[in-house]
Amino acid sequence: MTAKIALTNVHKSFGPKDVLRGVNLEVETGQSLVVIGGSGSGKSVMLKSILGLLTPDSGSIKIDSRETVGLARRGRADIDHQIGMLFQNGALFDSLPVWKNVAFRAIQNDGMNEADARDLAVDALKRVELGAELLDLSPAALSGGMHKRVGLARAIASKPEIIFFDEPTTGLDPIMTDVINHLIRNCVQELGATTVTITHDMTSVRAIADKTALLYKGEIIWQGTTDELEGSDDPFLNQFINGLAHGPIEVEGQKLDSAPSPAEAV
Amino acid sequence: MTFLATIGAFFLAFFAQSGRLAVFVGQTLAAMLRPPIYFRIIGQQIIRIGYFSLPVVALTSFFTGGALAIQIYYGGNQFNSEAIVSSIVALGITRELGPVLGGLMVAGRVSAAIAAEIGTMRVTEQIDALTTLSTNPHKYLVAPRVIAATICMPVLALVADIIGIFGGFVVGTQSFGFNAAIYVQRTINFLGVDDVTSGLIKAAVFGFIIAMMGCYNGYYSKGGAQGVGRATTNAVVSASILILAANYLMTSLLFSA
Repeated sequence: MTAKIALTNVHKSFGPKDVLRGVNLEVETGQSLVVIGGSGSGKSVMLKSILGLLTPDSGSIKIDSRETVGLARRGRADIDHQIGMLFQNGALFDSLPVWKNVAFRAIQNDGMNEADARDLAVDALKRVELGAELLDLSPAALSGGMHKRVGLARAIASKPEIIFFDEPTTGLDPIMTDVINHLIRNCVQELGATTVTITHDMTSVRAIADKTALLYKGEIIWQGTTDELEGSDDPFLNQFINGLAHGPIEVEGQKLDSAPSPAEAV
Repeated sequence: MTFLATIGAFFLAFFAQSGRLAVFVGQTLAAMLRPPIYFRIIGQQIIRIGYFSLPVVALTSFFTGGALAIQIYYGGNQFNSEAIVSSIVALGITRELGPVLGGLMVAGRVSAAIAAEIGTMRVTEQIDALTTLSTNPHKYLVAPRVIAATICMPVLALVADIIGIFGGFVVGTQSFGFNAAIYVQRTINFLGVDDVTSGLIKAAVFGFIIAMMGCYNGYYSKGGAQGVGRATTNAVVSASILILAANYLMTSLLFSA
């Protein structure tokens, strides 16, 4: 099967800091990939590279077998059109009411009239279980959970083939986390979209992933299905999914298996 | 060696910044000329930049015109030339003080507001969101603000000219006892069309600089709230310096011929 998204040996550095050091990853059509990894492991840089917001120093990123690295913004307009993105904090436009946020792409790019755009926004909000009473509110009037759901509505409003989720449950309470995970799962199944989610929330991983990849120090060091994730004896993966302070993963220059254990410290 | 390295680092940073600004201006000019052009946003920005700056510009120019009249009256008094007050106020306001002071006031108000707004959009990923929604940020955010400021500033300068001359008229007639009809007649006789148009041309350039500095500093802001604050300060400082430098260059060009 041809991969919907394929990354081959992708490198990206910022000055002397190598953030991506040869990322190889494939996502098949209709698959839900979740990339996990600690803070600073390169998850966001990888996502922004796929979205074309950052240009890799070397390597290849193909979407539908089409090379996107080095493609000018105008050249990738048709690729962008099939992509939806949910940003970590929603990234809703403060100056626009909810309905214009949700129907932004249809209004700006497709020239949709206001009546149809409002209908589109109502439909998209219904998919994320929000009512039409929010349509004219400013994003500033929304709670954190609503912000995320309106952001999700905007991401799916144009029925994209590929959707990216950047830490979709960060900062939410456990109940809202579960709501968002279910909404993501339902929306993706309804649309049949291919999705890439970056997170370090293992609840989200178990709820939405078909396939999981662990990114560590700019490289994919493990990938497999959700079942394989639970049964793996990979020490890096085990440390991460079990949230252990001690193990082979270094945190901000400090290797924690060499740090004293809480018992030793007493 | 450390001293040389510091100088080298300074010049490298300067040239990198200049190059990035040149590319940014180029991208903005291309965005201003190529469709789609967002007329509705341009209209909104004309209201925000032009209409809401009117009170600030009007007050500044009124008091400046008045102060100028006082200075010229007492200066001219030493040579028994008090009668030149009306003509020098008109020339000073239309050629220099109207566009320059108006530009500096609008730079403080508008450049800061633009930098804060676009900077906040940058740090909250709204600009990235625009890009992923297939919308060019240069066309949607930058070009409308630059077009609006370039259109508004000459209008504001014209308002500043009229109110500044009026300020001089009020002081001249009320404080120094000039005859109102003679004051107006001297102003009309002495003021040429070129005096006014040169000021309006300057103002259009200042409008471009004000919006460009606000957009540029906001667009490249980073580091959260502190970064947005820094962008706002840089926008006002760089716009003010560039306005004064551009004023000198344009005055040399327009009046040396």
